[in-house]
Amino acid sequence: MTDRETGTWLYAVAGELDQPLLGSLTGVAGEPLRIVQAAGLGAVAGSVPLDSFGEQALRRNFEDLDWLGRIARTHDKVVEAVVRAGPAVPLRLATVYLDDDRVKVVIQRRRHDFERTLRHVAGRTEWGVKALQNRPTAAKPVARTAGDPPSRGAGTAYLQRRRTQLVARERGERFAAEQAADIHSALSTRAVDTRRHRPQSQELSGGKLPMILNAAYLVDDEAAGDFIRTVSDLEEEHEAIRLQLTGPWPPYSFSSLEEGTP
Amino acid sequence: MAGSVQPATGGQNSALIAGNDHQPANLGDILERVLDKGLVIAGDIQVNLLDIELLTIKLRLVIASLETAKEVGIDWWEHDPWLTGNGEAGSALEAENRRLKARIDELEVGEHREIEGGDHD
Repeated sequence: MTDRETGTWLYAVAGELDQPLLGSLTGVAGEPLRIVQAAGLGAVAGSVPLDSFGEQALRRNFEDLDWLGRIARTHDKVVEAVVRAGPAVPLRLATVYLDDDRVKVVIQRRRHDFERTLRHVAGRTEWGVKALQNRPTAAKPVARTAGDPPSRGAGTAYLQRRRTQLVARERGERFAAEQAADIHSALSTRAVDTRRHRPQSQELSGGKLPMILNAAYLVDDEAAGDFIRTVSDLEEEHEAIRLQLTGPWPPYSFSSLEEGTP
Repeated sequence: MAGSVQPATGGQNSALIAGNDHQPANLGDILERVLDKGLVIAGDIQVNLLDIELLTIKLRLVIASLETAKEVGIDWWEHDPWLTGNGEAGSALEAENRRLKARIDELEVGEHREIEGGDHD
């Protein structure tokens, strides 16, 4: 074992790949990209310094949201460029090998998974749909009557009010869940595969409205127009809901066909 | 279709599309995909994403905001190993680990203030 200074970071695996498609694109460490060929597949890879991308360094750097955000966006940008050229399987962030030979071994070993996933996503695109609840579901606070005697029954009145609010809120949430389910099933009929992600918290998304659906849809490219129209129709039908469409995405949500360890 | 991904902007609908080239407006959208999804194969460099405090804290926030939703039956994330962590058994050890890591970080920061070159955007 020599002291290694770089590792091989993987972005995506595709069928046949041409070096030119990568153009002047650079990777997470600003490194030039290359294609590692094995088993008739090509992996888009780059050499990253282990003092920033080694095990300890990654743990530390991943705690830094700015760093993580920058790396995530760059990783995504590379994956997207590959996907634009043809079917590709995105790899999870921070898939790092000691060298290209190790990459070849892994591709050989997992070739069937890669091939299966490539077939699944070929000619299809991932779209994201998030549903936000337009109206706050909390009940309008029951107005205090001006002449309420503050002394007697104030506690009871409070509890009563609180209970009414909770019931209304629960009703609102149930309604939202039903609407989310409705929308999801309508969109699912236009997709060949679907995944529900966790709704993002408002803290994370920075949004003002609560998210009640966060899903990904794998849609045939010919049906993309239909799908987009459906999203806009659904938004019109559900006035309490705002829909956000994101995409086209690389098929991140449809690449983990099986999680078995090799 | 030459296998290329065309942003299928259908005229009047284009306003709906959050960036016609999947403009990554929302970091959460990207993170949930590149961290949680994508093909997972074991790399030589093992980074257990669950160990990363920042991420787990973020995820806790996700869950916290949904506690009420759980009561009305939205609970698909319950079975997500990434979220549930399955880390109960090792949590004492983990806590110890964190303390030590924090200590190391403190010592290291003393030496060089900023480890990563600070080209923040």
